[in-house]
Amino acid sequence: MTMKRVLIAFSVLVIFLLIVPTLVIVPISFNASPSFDFPPKGWSLQWYENFLTDREWLKALGNSVLVAILTAIVATVAGVLASLGLSRLKFRGKSLLENYFLAPMIVPGIVIAIGLYSLFIRLDLLGTIPGFVFAHTIVALPLVIINVMASLQGVDPRLAQAAASLGASKARTFFTVTLPLIVPGVTAGALFAFVTSFDEIILSLFIQDPSLQTLPVKIYRSVTQSTDPTVAAVAVVTMAVSVVVMLAAQLATRKRKALT
Amino acid sequence: MTETGAQSVGAAEPGDRVSGDVSLDTRTIQQINEAGISLKGVTKRYGDKAVVDDIDLVIEPGEFMTLLGPSGSGKTTTLNMIAGFADVTEGLLHIHGKPVAKLPAHKRDIGMVFQNYALFPHMTVEENVAYPLQRRKMPKAEQRKRIAESLQMVRLAEYGGRYPAELSGGQQQRAALARALVYNPRVLLMDEPLGALDKKLREWLQMEIKRIHQEVGSTFVYVTHDQEEALSLSDRIAVFNNGKIEQVGTGVELYEHPDTLFVGRFLGESSVLRAPSSTATVRDGNTTLAVGDHHVTVPGERRGVESLAVLVRPENLSLELPGYVPASSTENALPVTVKTATYLGVGWRYDVVLFDGTSGIVRTPNDATRFGPGDQAIVTWDVRHGVLLEDLGEGDESTT
Repeated sequence: MTMKRVLIAFSVLVIFLLIVPTLVIVPISFNASPSFDFPPKGWSLQWYENFLTDREWLKALGNSVLVAILTAIVATVAGVLASLGLSRLKFRGKSLLENYFLAPMIVPGIVIAIGLYSLFIRLDLLGTIPGFVFAHTIVALPLVIINVMASLQGVDPRLAQAAASLGASKARTFFTVTLPLIVPGVTAGALFAFVTSFDEIILSLFIQDPSLQTLPVKIYRSVTQSTDPTVAAVAVVTMAVSVVVMLAAQLATRKRKALT
Repeated sequence: MTETGAQSVGAAEPGDRVSGDVSLDTRTIQQINEAGISLKGVTKRYGDKAVVDDIDLVIEPGEFMTLLGPSGSGKTTTLNMIAGFADVTEGLLHIHGKPVAKLPAHKRDIGMVFQNYALFPHMTVEENVAYPLQRRKMPKAEQRKRIAESLQMVRLAEYGGRYPAELSGGQQQRAALARALVYNPRVLLMDEPLGALDKKLREWLQMEIKRIHQEVGSTFVYVTHDQEEALSLSDRIAVFNNGKIEQVGTGVELYEHPDTLFVGRFLGESSVLRAPSSTATVRDGNTTLAVGDHHVTVPGERRGVESLAVLVRPENLSLELPGYVPASSTENALPVTVKTATYLGVGWRYDVVLFDGTSGIVRTPNDATRFGPGDQAIVTWDVRHGVLLEDLGEGDESTT
């Protein structure tokens, strides 16, 4: 019994330690004085006001949202196609290819970043929206594939055979049978892709230029160059977006379980 | 290999729908054109292994044909080739005279029923049944009429709004049947459709399938490993073994006149005596074999084979008390020991052993002499009831 209490106490401690550094930023963002003092000495919404009125911050937010949406679309389409091939076809080197697709989750971001940097210099993609979308898709793709593959696993391949016997072409079968059944996985994958892109910093630091920055890049710049608590407000907004999107993804996955 | 369908060839001119293959004679071409489904030299290979090995099969239009065999015998692969789910490695495959070997599954206009029902889980029963009609771009009003009719036919009229997960296994399979039949395909393929259901439901659905077959008149091809199911449903049965068809015929033909020991043993129960052909003597069209000190006579003869087998059905055997003397030369008699006696209600079943260890099964009516385990007895049967077959040395494990 005491053992159980110790375990509970330990668990609470771990949870606390995991979340405190993240939550500390919330009160700081409401600080009345222009500093990162904790606890804050007074309360105000001025940093949020700063964020929402500053053209540079808003531009960075716009860039981030645009890149995240485009990344979610590209990564989802590519990821669904890759998952279909990986789960429905039989060919040599299939598991090798599967691992290849998931590699960006294991390969250090800095390695991909340096590779992309030298490639993008030549292709003139640095500081462009397509450049950001391409880079973010690389790291978002594994998340889409994992989610969609898990969904596809629950779909009986004989349903596709049944659809074919009933007169549906391969494409028709996909849109009327397979896709509706994997929608939860696809949705979750798309949301993960969005969040991955929205939070991405390592690749973005290499790809950005002064004319095109995403929100995490601007936060990083701001923190290293000044002590403007506006960053704290931005960080809280970013975190809120991520949390909401992840909760939505969780919900989508739960719906999938309820269906089967 | 058994030639089938030849009796249907009339005096008509060879059709022109099969062309481009000059090696076919006119009779074959005619057979292909008149058949519901025709397989000629159809082979399916995975690597070097032939899963289906050069089979010929003619299924008549409107016929109920069952592909029967143990698992791995090639029956399901054959069905999948007809459906278009598996490529034909070699050979000619025609449905209603049309070559389909290169046609994708969705253009073959067949219906298919799967063992696991394969209903679309995200659609209601009605939406499932509407699916093939939508693919055919049928007008909405006509769709509604057809859906109602086919749900009526499978007695699911009240269940149209339910999702598959809300139905029992038997109801799901009937919904699948309705979906596969609603567009009146000329061919309906069924892959062990009752395999996942319990015995009572299975027997009831067998009757339903039989009734529906008579109602719609399509060609049904049914795959099963259950010989009783095959016997009760089919017009004809093709028995598969090791990728080949051993025999095609009606249930009566296969049960009473099997061509091979495999077919005889796979359908129903049987007792088999084996003897080297060197002990055989032929007289008056009958073959007599030596079994120990005794002799067994069977109609017919088989030349050029090493080992012979005599197959007798349990209901054709009787048990007599020791000392029984056969009434005439038309009766065989062998001494046996009774191992077990089982009361079946309609009669008794005895498992008996011959002096050389050969086991046999005897079924007797309730008014026959009774025996108990360990009793000595004489097993007798009319010479006409034995079937003389070639013994290829297959295992002794009994098939159900």
